[in-house]
Amino acid sequence: MNLPNPNVLIDKILEKIISEVDKETCLIGIPSGGSYIIDALKKKIKEPLSYGLIDGSFYRDDLEISGIKLKEKTTSINFNIDQKKIILIDDVFYTGRTIRAAMNEIFDYGRPKEIKLFVLIDRKNNELPIQPTFSAMEIDAPKNIFISLAKEKNNLIFNVSKIK
Amino acid sequence: MKKLNNNINHLISTDDMSQELIIKIFDTAESFLEIGQRDIKKVPLLRGKTVCNLFFENSTRTRTTFEIAAKRLSADVINIDIPTSSQSKGESIFDMVDNLIAMGTDIFVIRHSEAGIPKKISNHVDVGIHVINGGDGSNAHPTQGLLDAFTIRKYKKHFSGLTIAIVGDIQHSRVAKSEISVLSALGTKEIRVIGPESLMPNNINELKVKVFNTIEDGLKDVDVIMMLRIQKERMNNNTIPSESQYFESFGLTQKRLQIAKKDALVLHPGPINRGVEIDSEVADGKQSVILNQVKFGIAIRMAVMIMMVNKKT
Repeated sequence: MNLPNPNVLIDKILEKIISEVDKETCLIGIPSGGSYIIDALKKKIKEPLSYGLIDGSFYRDDLEISGIKLKEKTTSINFNIDQKKIILIDDVFYTGRTIRAAMNEIFDYGRPKEIKLFVLIDRKNNELPIQPTFSAMEIDAPKNIFISLAKEKNNLIFNVSKIK
Repeated sequence: MKKLNNNINHLISTDDMSQELIIKIFDTAESFLEIGQRDIKKVPLLRGKTVCNLFFENSTRTRTTFEIAAKRLSADVINIDIPTSSQSKGESIFDMVDNLIAMGTDIFVIRHSEAGIPKKISNHVDVGIHVINGGDGSNAHPTQGLLDAFTIRKYKKHFSGLTIAIVGDIQHSRVAKSEISVLSALGTKEIRVIGPESLMPNNINELKVKVFNTIEDGLKDVDVIMMLRIQKERMNNNTIPSESQYFESFGLTQKRLQIAKKDALVLHPGPINRGVEIDSEVADGKQSVILNQVKFGIAIRMAVMIMMVNKKT
């Protein structure tokens, strides 16, 4: 499968974010892919925004199937999200379940004014009535393919693997 | 020695625990610490499960931290008040447990003054019901041993370079026994026990520890000092002359603390007998991590409960 350089897609997201941000905007990444994107965006966005991470592992609906994944990066939202405009950032949108879990967790922190979802890739396979507000790219990949953003020697790449 | 696999079915003792499993419990606990910092200190991981604190012996800290741990995971919690329970009406413990299972209990936390009761109950219950030993007689207090070592890891990282002293009533202390087994499994460089000869267990030579009968000798170059409570309720004869004399010989004072390394940590499982085993100045001092032990204990208890119920963790 041929996927573009992730940085090209990050720049598309960046362009979209810059056209939208105001003082109320917070960018919250979903680890691990989302946190790489946040790191890249931080370097490029000049406005002082609030940045955070949210790992919805404790809110997932598939714990009985796949168990709890130990958090590599725990949730860190060190600012008040009440009445804020949150842009959730993730690498790949697939079923919508990760986003459902992340949103549940967000509401434990407060009541944002709105939540948008920006992703690099939308796999167009949502199992819930949730979809990205903006995606830099849409693809139609077979179900047994797992796609994620990874870091290799300081470069961002897309990892594509077959699920056994 | 047989190594347990990485799932916890019951937690009765830390004696056979592998280093790998202990580290997994610590890493899981680490990810739960952050929940305690939130405004809403709750995640839905144990929603629908019922945890029963069955305490046949007094406890404040252990019972409340188990209760808080379960509630932070969204479990329902039942606390059985023993003095008014049917134990006093002559109902057997097994009957009581069976009734609580019929009411839907998934996890029992059991404390009893008699050693071995949690083990017996774990043998009695069906698959899918879990038992955690919340302290049995002078036998074991596994979550305390784990949380103490977890506290040390938070400050000191590598056990292979640490000299750790456990001070006080080793003989009657289930905490000391669990601490020694966890610290050994983690590869601690040197474990010392300090206390009067009358408060050392008979099998002390079987444990891989160095014994000191004076605190001045024992604290030299120590990285961590783990104080124990003088267990008045477990002493049936005069094993110590008096509380003031005990403090004179083994109480941790600021002056004695200076014998240890400059950055030595002071731990105590609580409740503290101020002026008996520890001076207030030390208990409330900069090197004391006693209140953080309580905080970390919640995360450890959350981790243990999750690893029991969620086998894939």
